[in-house]
Amino acid sequence: MKLLTLNFLTCAVKTCKSSSASFPLHPKNCELVSDTLAPNPKLLANILPRLDWAALSTIALELNLPTLPENAPSPESLAENEQLTKDLHSLLLETQISEGALVCANCGHEYAIKEGIANFLLPNHLV
Amino acid sequence: MEYMIRFTQIHEKFRLAEIEALAVLEGLNLEILSYKPDSPFCLVKLQSSDDAIKLIRRSILAKAIYELWGRGSTYEELHEDVRRRSEHLWPLYKSSSFKFSVDAFQGTRSSSEQRELINAFRFLAFEGPIKMKGAEQEFCISEEWVFNSSKQGIVVPHSVYLGRFLHVSERDVIGKYDLKKRKYISTTSMDSELALITANITLAAPGKLFYDPFVGTGSFPVACAHFGALAFGSDIDGRSIRGKGKTNLLANFVQYGLTNQFGDTFVADLTNTPLRVNRLFDGIVCDPPYGVREGLKVLGHRDPTKGKTPVFKDGIAHHLEPGFIPPKKPYSFLAMLDDILEFASISLVDNGRLSFWMPTANDTDQEIKIPQHPYLEITSVCTQEFNQWSRRLITYRRLPDSELGAGGVREQRVKEIGVSADDLNPFRKGYFQGFKKATKSDTAA
Repeated sequence: MKLLTLNFLTCAVKTCKSSSASFPLHPKNCELVSDTLAPNPKLLANILPRLDWAALSTIALELNLPTLPENAPSPESLAENEQLTKDLHSLLLETQISEGALVCANCGHEYAIKEGIANFLLPNHLV
Repeated sequence: MEYMIRFTQIHEKFRLAEIEALAVLEGLNLEILSYKPDSPFCLVKLQSSDDAIKLIRRSILAKAIYELWGRGSTYEELHEDVRRRSEHLWPLYKSSSFKFSVDAFQGTRSSSEQRELINAFRFLAFEGPIKMKGAEQEFCISEEWVFNSSKQGIVVPHSVYLGRFLHVSERDVIGKYDLKKRKYISTTSMDSELALITANITLAAPGKLFYDPFVGTGSFPVACAHFGALAFGSDIDGRSIRGKGKTNLLANFVQYGLTNQFGDTFVADLTNTPLRVNRLFDGIVCDPPYGVREGLKVLGHRDPTKGKTPVFKDGIAHHLEPGFIPPKKPYSFLAMLDDILEFASISLVDNGRLSFWMPTANDTDQEIKIPQHPYLEITSVCTQEFNQWSRRLITYRRLPDSELGAGGVREQRVKEIGVSADDLNPFRKGYFQGFKKATKSDTAA
């Protein structure tokens, strides 16, 4: 699972959605892998306003990845900053969780990731 | 300037929707001058040849686009029209190498007949060499014949055109993505031609994020990725994503060299989605289960009284065991369509598009109405007809917040009470009953 995707995910339990603690989900015992993907500045520019920057920074910290600037860059400053563009590309698109779990800080439920595919199916008592 | 699109005569009801979507995608001023469902020739007005090329280059249902040099219902009319319309252009191509071809729709011309038709254009006075391969300019004489002309004793076409070839479409790519050659498919995999058309109508393009919540084996993400979007997908059935060993959804992306456009896949139920409530996607494309072969299911036990407390065996929570499979229950197809619309209205960016396929029966008594949502405007409805039933591709545009009217209360769909798949899905019931109308004896029972 790419870290970009992780930035879009919360706990699937409906009652958790109203709590801010349900986002982002926290990686637990995660194995990271790195892929090489063709640079895509158009994609990054499009994605930028949809990212939750605070959540992204939290995850980068939890996974011991290089820290991000405190505030999200504007599209113009990102376009000018080659290094930041490379770093974001690497962080969001190339860094992936292959195995592990994602934990909801609100209810404690854990979602397993196997071979890069996360399972968000809930047992009957949580639906 | 007027141009002629040469369409294929398949999926006719999708042709205009696709070409109009491509005009929107490329930001072109397109005016349809003449279009008929039973004709492959469509005349359009565009601002330039560059625009014409941009319009056609991604199309799956068009074959090519031509600069219109003339049209008529007889060759006399055509020759006159060619002089009137294009005489000022002839000097531009006086010394170019060139080639002529004849395209007879629903008719045939022998080689000697073709040569005669071509020679009649001598008045163009081209002086360049004739090259059958690699000519700088290609001209096409297009003919449209009435269906079954020879049987009716008709010996001339009813419409003729002369066009200067500008550009070919992307129709040939459907061979590359043919399911017969794909590494990983299932019974539910969408036909590659229709998947690509759907991706075009939903405006898949580089830089965009696309999502299929019923991803199956990934036919739509592959099509969207082909056009440059970053494709995501989820399914309630993890097995269809994981496949067996190396034969899985991702293998298709590897096969086609589209791994740069692979976003992610995960296992989830759309009605209990893990996606955060935000305008995340540019496009949502899906073919939801109709409840016939795949059984439309959502999370939860079918018995509403059952198991609202976790089960423990020897102190270990059953649902935390590896390999635990959560229970699922049948769900109403109509309710799922409403859920899809609701999800799209909160997850699409302004002007983002939602496309899904839905079945309908040819019998109007059993027609399923196209669902509506105050935030979504229907941009096209295209029908593919089978024998006893049809399916429609419906596409919506997420209205920008600034365009949303005040009011527009959503009609709350009454929660279906049925428990069995048959109760919840009128289409499924109809399908398995062969779409028979209710007989007197049925209603009396």
